[in-house]
Amino acid sequence: MIKAVDLGKSFGNVPVLKDVTISFEKGKTNLIIGQSGSGKTVLMKCLVGLLEPDKGQIFYDDRVFSRMGFRERRVIRQELGMLFQGGALFDSLTVEENVMFPLEMFTQMTKEEKLDRANTCLQRVNLVNANHLYPAEISGGMKKRVAIARAIANNPRYLFCDEPNSGLDPRTAIVIDNLIREITKEFNMTTVINTHDMNSVMEIGDKVAFIYHGELWWQGTRHEILETENKEVNDFVYATELMRTLKK
Amino acid sequence: MKLFYHLGRYFTMIAVILKKPEKASIYRRQIIVEMDNLGLESLGIVVIISVFMGAVLTIQTAFNTDHPLLPMYAIGFATRQAIILEFSPTMVSLILAGKVGSRIASEIGTMRVTEQIDALEIMGINAAGYLILPKVVAAMIINPVLVVLSMFVGIMGGYVVSAATGVVPVSHYVYGILFEFSQFDIVYALIKTVVFAFIITSVSGYFGFFTRGGALEVGQSSTKAVVFSSIYIILFNLILTQILLV
Ligand SMILES: Nc1ncnc2c1ncn2[C@@H]1O[C@H](COP(=O)(O)OP(=O)(O)OP(=O)(O)O)[C@@H](O)[C@H]1O
Ligand SMILES: [Mg+2]
Repeated sequence: MIKAVDLGKSFGNVPVLKDVTISFEKGKTNLIIGQSGSGKTVLMKCLVGLLEPDKGQIFYDDRVFSRMGFRERRVIRQELGMLFQGGALFDSLTVEENVMFPLEMFTQMTKEEKLDRANTCLQRVNLVNANHLYPAEISGGMKKRVAIARAIANNPRYLFCDEPNSGLDPRTAIVIDNLIREITKEFNMTTVINTHDMNSVMEIGDKVAFIYHGELWWQGTRHEILETENKEVNDFVYATELMRTLKK
Repeated sequence: MKLFYHLGRYFTMIAVILKKPEKASIYRRQIIVEMDNLGLESLGIVVIISVFMGAVLTIQTAFNTDHPLLPMYAIGFATRQAIILEFSPTMVSLILAGKVGSRIASEIGTMRVTEQIDALEIMGINAAGYLILPKVVAAMIINPVLVVLSMFVGIMGGYVVSAATGVVPVSHYVYGILFEFSQFDIVYALIKTVVFAFIITSVSGYFGFFTRGGALEVGQSSTKAVVFSSIYIILFNLILTQILLV
């Protein structure tokens, strides 16, 4: 379980997160949804320590992450996988080397074991025959999938995905969503996913939190979100013609 | 005030990159890769510049010391001293500051703006150390090699030009370049080179690592890296010469 209490973050005078108290459960896919610019990425970066929040506390299970120094955080970071919104693959490494990178750094595996693990991860994201290409040589959606493979390579206990399926076709998007849900269940991980895709919400939203202008506005399950009376949530959920038709 | 801010952040970064690496074997491998990237790829330009530098120095010295009281071998001697003491270490380092410095800053800067550095940090890796230390070490090993090569090639350039044009008879040139040779001169030149190598890589790494923004800022960082490494090289050239030679 990951918990944030009273999290606040401003850039200059502009408050981006306002007293967000939120928890993410183990073995579930916890979704953070909200409009573009509402603060989802900033929230996620605060949770993993890439941004220092101005106030508030962050807990990883019983460990107080927000009070730790670099050395202590390193222990948690090795149990953590993150998928960045832009992929953030290492340009100078091939697809295969990218996925093997965390294993090289932190495990004592032999070359064969690492290759084996990398291939398993790449297969799970439906990516074969791209092992020796460089990030510049593959498509945007492929990059995303490599980034997912890299994030899960080291069997993380905590998985953070910033828009895992933006830029993917609907079928691949569903495959990726379900993959994330599967491994979450399989390894009992705590998974946090940023998205603004209602398909993902309906498909894998075990727990859904709606962020509105930096505030936690609403939370519930994917079933509850269809019934809620909350205006802002409704505006978001029923923004498309398709969803409105479905509602009727 | 900005100066103190940058100095403080620079030295904090130096302290961070000198921390114990996560995995020594990976750093060792990176050092080899960087020696190739930063050193071997600069071989061509170093050789070309040094040959011409030696040739031009010989001709100019010959024309400016056209005095009956000065022995002919003084031309070879002066050329050698100028190349070893100043031209090879400082000029080659300045050229490398342009070539290697911009490369380092844009490489690391791009990694910053595309979140690759965040990706390293999230894995619990000391990103500054992983990216900058191998480059610093590689340059401190490979630059002295380049500079020694430059000295040799430069003196050969003088030799070739004296043989070809006869501005100074070859035998006098050879006598001159062997005249009162002091090993300390080489040591002095290599000390300078190692310090300059540290300046080039760490200053460029600094500007790359703290890039904020996008592609535009990467370009700016790369320019700043070259300008500031060159300024610090010239500054430290003066300081080291004062300390070591006086
Ligand atoms: N480093 C930064 N400096 C200044 N402002 C920032 C910074 N990062 C984010 N912001 C601001 O914080 C707000 C929230 O940004 P954030 O990236 O969290 O949005 P998001 O919800 O992830 O949007 P999207 O769905 O488009 O990814 C934006 O208004 C943005 O301008
Ligand atoms: Mg975002």
